[in-house]
Amino acid sequence: MSTSSRLLSRRSFGRLAAGIAGAAGTGALGACSPRAGKPSAGAPLRIMAINHVWSQAIKRRTKEFEERIGRRVSLTLLTADQLTSSYNVKLNASGTDVDVMMVRALQDQLLFAHNDWLADLTDRVEGDSEFAWTDFQKAPREVSLTAGKVLSVPVVTERPTLYYRKDLVQDAGGPPRTLDALMSTAMELTRRKRGFYGYVGRGQRNGAVSQWSSFLYSHGGDFVIDGKSGIGSPQALAAYEYYGNLLGKAGPPGATNMSLEQAMPIFAQGKAAFYIDADAIYSNFLDPKIASRTVRDTVGFAPFPAGPAGARPHNIASWSLGINKFSLLRDDAWQFIKWAAGPEMSAALQADGIPGARTSVWANSKTLRSFPPDLVEAMRLNAKRGLGYDRPRVLQVGRARDIVGRPLVAGILGESVRPVVRDADAEFADFLVRDNRHKESR
Amino acid sequence: MTATEVSPSRADARPVSGGARRTRPPRTFEQANRRLKWAMLAPALLFVGLMIVFPLAFTLDLSLTDAFGAVNADKSHIGLRNFADALGDARRFWPAVRRTIVFTVGAVVLETVFGLALAMLMRKPFRGMRWVRTVLIIPLLATPVAIGILWLLILDPTNGIANHLLAGLGLPRQEFLGSVGQSLPTLMLIDVWQWTPMMTLLLLAGLTTLPEEPEEAALVDGASAWQRFRYVVLPMLGPTLTTALVLRAVDALKTFDILYATKGAGGGSDFEAETLNVYAYGLTFDYQEYGLAAAVLVLFTLFIIGVVVLLRRRGGRKNA
Repeated sequence: MSTSSRLLSRRSFGRLAAGIAGAAGTGALGACSPRAGKPSAGAPLRIMAINHVWSQAIKRRTKEFEERIGRRVSLTLLTADQLTSSYNVKLNASGTDVDVMMVRALQDQLLFAHNDWLADLTDRVEGDSEFAWTDFQKAPREVSLTAGKVLSVPVVTERPTLYYRKDLVQDAGGPPRTLDALMSTAMELTRRKRGFYGYVGRGQRNGAVSQWSSFLYSHGGDFVIDGKSGIGSPQALAAYEYYGNLLGKAGPPGATNMSLEQAMPIFAQGKAAFYIDADAIYSNFLDPKIASRTVRDTVGFAPFPAGPAGARPHNIASWSLGINKFSLLRDDAWQFIKWAAGPEMSAALQADGIPGARTSVWANSKTLRSFPPDLVEAMRLNAKRGLGYDRPRVLQVGRARDIVGRPLVAGILGESVRPVVRDADAEFADFLVRDNRHKESR
Repeated sequence: MTATEVSPSRADARPVSGGARRTRPPRTFEQANRRLKWAMLAPALLFVGLMIVFPLAFTLDLSLTDAFGAVNADKSHIGLRNFADALGDARRFWPAVRRTIVFTVGAVVLETVFGLALAMLMRKPFRGMRWVRTVLIIPLLATPVAIGILWLLILDPTNGIANHLLAGLGLPRQEFLGSVGQSLPTLMLIDVWQWTPMMTLLLLAGLTTLPEEPEEAALVDGASAWQRFRYVVLPMLGPTLTTALVLRAVDALKTFDILYATKGAGGGSDFEAETLNVYAYGLTFDYQEYGLAAAVLVLFTLFIIGVVVLLRRRGGRKNA
């Protein structure tokens, strides 16, 4: 045996390695446990938000807020997926390095509430008369509530709007008012060989579900009916077949790989006649850097067309603000929410073209001047007719969307939708049982 | 007491094996030596403990639980149920295994063939060789996400330049990454575009170290260029080739960023580019099913270890 090996035998090496691994593990687990204490005076208020026109507008105004609270604000802007992944990483470690969280209440809130990651804002919103909680529209306010607690405050709302080319529908007497008319006009206008398409929209399995929801509701269906899967109903089947036909036959190639980022430029560059997506993105079609001149000059905005069950689009709070349960700056975080979602800021932002969630702001015609008049009318009608959700209201929204979206893809690819719907319906029914079990496990 | 003297009390207290009294270093020296040895080892051991042993042990433990929603939430140990669920999942797990193998084998084989061909071409010095080498490493320097977005724009079925070029040549338009059937082959070709230069550089380094005499002897014996390559160069290049294959295969197995940047969550609408890595990421960040995700990752790790052992054994046998 050499001297060196005697000095550090296998056993002692094993003991040492195990000790260090144990210490590292204890340290890492310790880092995951909630920390208390006071933040330093110089610690910034950390806000994580989606890279969105709302966040950009707030970023330009943060100096005013910093002066008000005497604390620096650090605003991090990410994409929606990055934001959710960051929350998962940070909050799984009970991180205190995020104070205000911009969340998609319909996508994240139930799960975050299940994980106990969001601070209860009920007393703050209801106890502050200046904030006027009841001024928020009913549907977004309901989405902010989980198990009777207010966990987020809505700041941006959206509805699906029919974007269309006025020059192409002049002969038809204006934009289609029904889904049948939309289908026939889109088919007529499609010139695949010339690279022009009657309709463009989201076609990704997961990403398309929220936009498809309005087609589903307008066919008389719903994701969940009486606590059971609703995607196997005849109404849902009709909605799947309709959307698959529309995008598969009148849409561009590669539609199943399209989300907002891929579909929007196709309409903006004048390669499609109709496009249904969130009204919050309308400014893209008036922006010379994004839209062609033809589109800028001829784009029109219409309410969601009526299906067999009427026009039933969604009207949702797309983005809300919450407070990290582990934040050490919860009071300052609330001050930020109060400022950013307050009546004054909501009015100012809506006047800049960002649709908010306050009734008083929508009633104020001055806040609507920056929107094109036909868009204001479309938004008003869609809001009046709309349902407050655009995806299944479950804990695992991601998995639910993956299941619900499968027949959509089959339809777009021209496959027979019925067997895929049957299979997806069975899978969704199983999923709902498991999801309920998870809900009850808390 | 001098440095060579033995402490009587400790020497008496300890039994000496073999009947012979061993001369031990003095207590102070031994202690100093032991402390020094641990001090020298500590950074490496701390790193291994923190970055390898603990995550592996934690993942293994997590894979035996029903962890859902949050990692630090209450969870129960459920034995091997997650492994059974994963191995019994014909809808997502096994297709992901198949895609992982197809992607890795397809990409690595093409990269090896093209990389070897380029290395043979660049073996003898030629004018402009430095420029060629510089151009070759450009794809290696770019980040995979940037490359993914670049190719996504080039291959966009409606607005991409690739279809404009095809149309100009009178060829039919292709959907590329927008197609369920074409996505995986297209992604393999993007991987080949990015990583062939690395294979070229590795194999070129191996070729430059080979002795010239065996090849010259074969030439004198009348061997053709192909025969010299097949029976002289290739066997001598064996160890380098094996190392390059192992490095590239392990890297290709773990490919994630380019798949996620081009196809998004779940590897596309029909899961057409969902490999095991993408599947495990989705289970973690989209579904928050941490127990099942950990089980998939444990299986994936075992799979990678199996591939490395297989390649090393085959390489070792050939090179013996």
